Amino acid sequence: MTTAVEMRDITMSFGANEVLKGINLELEPGKVTAILGANGAGKSTLIKVLSGVYNDYGGTVIIDGAAVDIDHPTTARAYGIEAVHQKIADGIVPGLSVAENFLFEAIVNNDISRAASLRSLVPRAREVAAVLDLDWPDDVLRSDIYGLPIADQQMLLLARALVHEPRLLILDEPTSALSETEAARLFEVIRQLRDDGVAILYVSHRLGEIENIADRLLVLRDGIFVSDQTSPFDWARALHAMLGAAEADPHERTGELHGTETVLCLEGVQLLPKSTPFDLDFRAGEVTGVFGLLGSGGTELAHGIFGEERFRAGDMKLKGEQFAPKAPADAIAHDVYMVPEDRVAGTIIKDWSIAMISTFPFLQDVSRLSVLNPMAEAKVGRSVIEEFGVVAQGAADPVISLSGGNQQKVVVGRWLRKQPTVMVMNEPFQGVDVGARHDLAEKTRDVALAGSAVIVMSTDLEEIMQVSDRVIVLADGNLRHDAYLSETNREEILERLSEVE
Amino acid sequence: MSKTTTAKDGATLVVKQPLDLRDLVVRYGFIAVTVLFFIYFAATIPAFRQSSTMFSMLKFTSVVAIAGLGLTMTMVVGGLDLSVGATAGMAVTVSAMTMVIYAQQGWVAFVAVIVAGALIGAFNALLIVSFKIPDLLATLATMFLIQGLKLVPVDGQSVSSGLILRDGSVAPGKFTHGFLQINRGSIGPVPYPVLIFLVLAVVTWFFLSRTKWGRVMYAIGSNPEAARLAGARVGRYRAVAYMLSGVYAAVAGLILASRIGQGDISAGNSLLLDAVAVSLVGTSVLGVNKPNAFGTALGAVLIGILLTGTTMMNFPYYWQDVVKGLVLLVALVFSFTLSRKKQRFVAAVPL
Repeated sequence: MTTAVEMRDITMSFGANEVLKGINLELEPGKVTAILGANGAGKSTLIKVLSGVYNDYGGTVIIDGAAVDIDHPTTARAYGIEAVHQKIADGIVPGLSVAENFLFEAIVNNDISRAASLRSLVPRAREVAAVLDLDWPDDVLRSDIYGLPIADQQMLLLARALVHEPRLLILDEPTSALSETEAARLFEVIRQLRDDGVAILYVSHRLGEIENIADRLLVLRDGIFVSDQTSPFDWARALHAMLGAAEADPHERTGELHGTETVLCLEGVQLLPKSTPFDLDFRAGEVTGVFGLLGSGGTELAHGIFGEERFRAGDMKLKGEQFAPKAPADAIAHDVYMVPEDRVAGTIIKDWSIAMISTFPFLQDVSRLSVLNPMAEAKVGRSVIEEFGVVAQGAADPVISLSGGNQQKVVVGRWLRKQPTVMVMNEPFQGVDVGARHDLAEKTRDVALAGSAVIVMSTDLEEIMQVSDRVIVLADGNLRHDAYLSETNREEILERLSEVE
Repeated sequence: MSKTTTAKDGATLVVKQPLDLRDLVVRYGFIAVTVLFFIYFAATIPAFRQSSTMFSMLKFTSVVAIAGLGLTMTMVVGGLDLSVGATAGMAVTVSAMTMVIYAQQGWVAFVAVIVAGALIGAFNALLIVSFKIPDLLATLATMFLIQGLKLVPVDGQSVSSGLILRDGSVAPGKFTHGFLQINRGSIGPVPYPVLIFLVLAVVTWFFLSRTKWGRVMYAIGSNPEAARLAGARVGRYRAVAYMLSGVYAAVAGLILASRIGQGDISAGNSLLLDAVAVSLVGTSVLGVNKPNAFGTALGAVLIGILLTGTTMMNFPYYWQDVVKGLVLLVALVFSFTLSRKKQRFVAAVPL
């Protein structure tokens, strides 16, 4: 049996945090190998080792029977390893034309004169585009990359990788920005490459895609492979291996909660410029899921309640009293909290430890006469780690050394542990793996059971169904549906969402 | 799934990492350099060893150090107060006006200067927080405004006793004995300016690193959006930082006025760049890579040691700027070239 790339006992640590604990993997040509793993399992790190981003890994990479040292992205490329990373924005260069983006490597390597005219670049860009039979007209090639649809940007990056005729192509969540038809197009390309004898390493959270395309499935957990299957896959076994435990429906534990006491009253609230004002009550003791597509007003609703920006019209009453927060600080003073949609921009402060991030909104709890008590802070940090199952060495770990799911546990945990009156969570499961999502949903329901009014905004119906008791459907800023999950179903919800007024 | 390992020493908020030589250099290099220069000068220059030299060195450093401490607070909230030099210069003129032209007591001058400093800080805060002008640009405008406006009531002249006023009369007052004591007085061997410097350094350090207000200020400097969403009143904190900076610069100006003993209109001109330099040097101390009061104080002392030492070794005066430039450069190398704090943390973020 030939192998395209073989890894033997690959290890990688960040400080004391051992992320890869001995990876052994043979990637065969003409096979699609899928890797499934929760956030923090080590997938991204593994990809970065293979593509030369990290040069201080342990173990051996073997190519053509010889041990090689992949110490730089250019070395990886020289050995025929190409990676297309998850974030498309990291690969394209805004402000340059489509043609220049096709030829970006050549431009960076000075193979193309800086002064070369755009016109002269177009034929060379075509050569790169031809790898994927991308027959784009000249005016597209000459236009700014910014106007190119996301899916085409993805294709461009793929073409750029394929022009080097790699032996191993690594795809990290390649469909996360694509629509279904666009993804289907990508899969066709992947199958073609596989038939041409390219080894493909495919990393995804989406089980359907792996089922669809992969020949082999590996499950990564805590830096080590815990399951290895060839198609057809036993999904129950794979998920069990990934999560370490069967995923329980959170409703099983708490049942559907029906709150009785109305805590937050929205009166004549208008979310978007042209939307219709509506009244809406949020009750203590239940989780209200606010479901809608991107731009349907969920974020405006969250921001309005949290005092980040005012509603276009309308008032709020909190426990019967006028509530008009002018800033997040006002809302927090009334025990109304929010987890923002953008974790990195909205909550993470670089260099700060888990303990510091955990205590930040409530520094008075860990200080006396405004003087901070580091012991009390560490204690809060440890309690967040323990209560929310954060995978970390300790409360002093920098929060950005954690995986996305674990970061989210910290930033959600710091609010939930205070038993909020109203807890607004805007897309709390974005970039969070299945296991962390399950833990977070469970904690969210616990807080509701203990008497909080919880509001979860999401564009993902599965998330809404998993965490909520009651579902609100928003479309174009209008209130379309309001029912307990037991009174409605997926079909009705989607129908309400798709109604055209 | 929720496998949790909690370190037993979770009580410390310092990130523990194995130290190698490079980390040691980044963390302690600056302090080591300071100590080495001190030992070198003490060994080669007999006069340098005397405690009076020490204190006069600290005394002359105190003005820059105090202005730098104020500036450091604006750096902590992510800004930079370019008006500190002008504010100190204003303090000199206002002191002289109050005592010489209006023949008031020293304490009146003291109060007037502190209030003026706070007002300048409030003006900066207004421009930055309410008018949303970027810090550097707003304080640059303020700097020019103060430099010019302070000259209006004194017709552009330095104010000293016996000044002939606009109406032909002679200015009635003089710098009071009490006011001059700010610079000349001492407790035991410790001159007042040194005492003020040390007290402000400790207070500022405590405020920034041990109180919840300091914590919030650092958060604002690092990610203002995250601070706001965690409930911090970002505008108020930034306003307070600029007002404190104004007050600190005014205190530096009071010491300067007391030292000069007249309303020299050019006083404080070189203070801004020196204060920026010591604050930047301070960011590299202990490898923390962020503005901090201890670093600023130490940066000021190091530059003071070097300037005193080189002067005593009969270097011409123009070597002073070369020395400052070199110190700043070395500090920047520590912060940006040798420190891998930033890179290590960025590398640890999984995509």
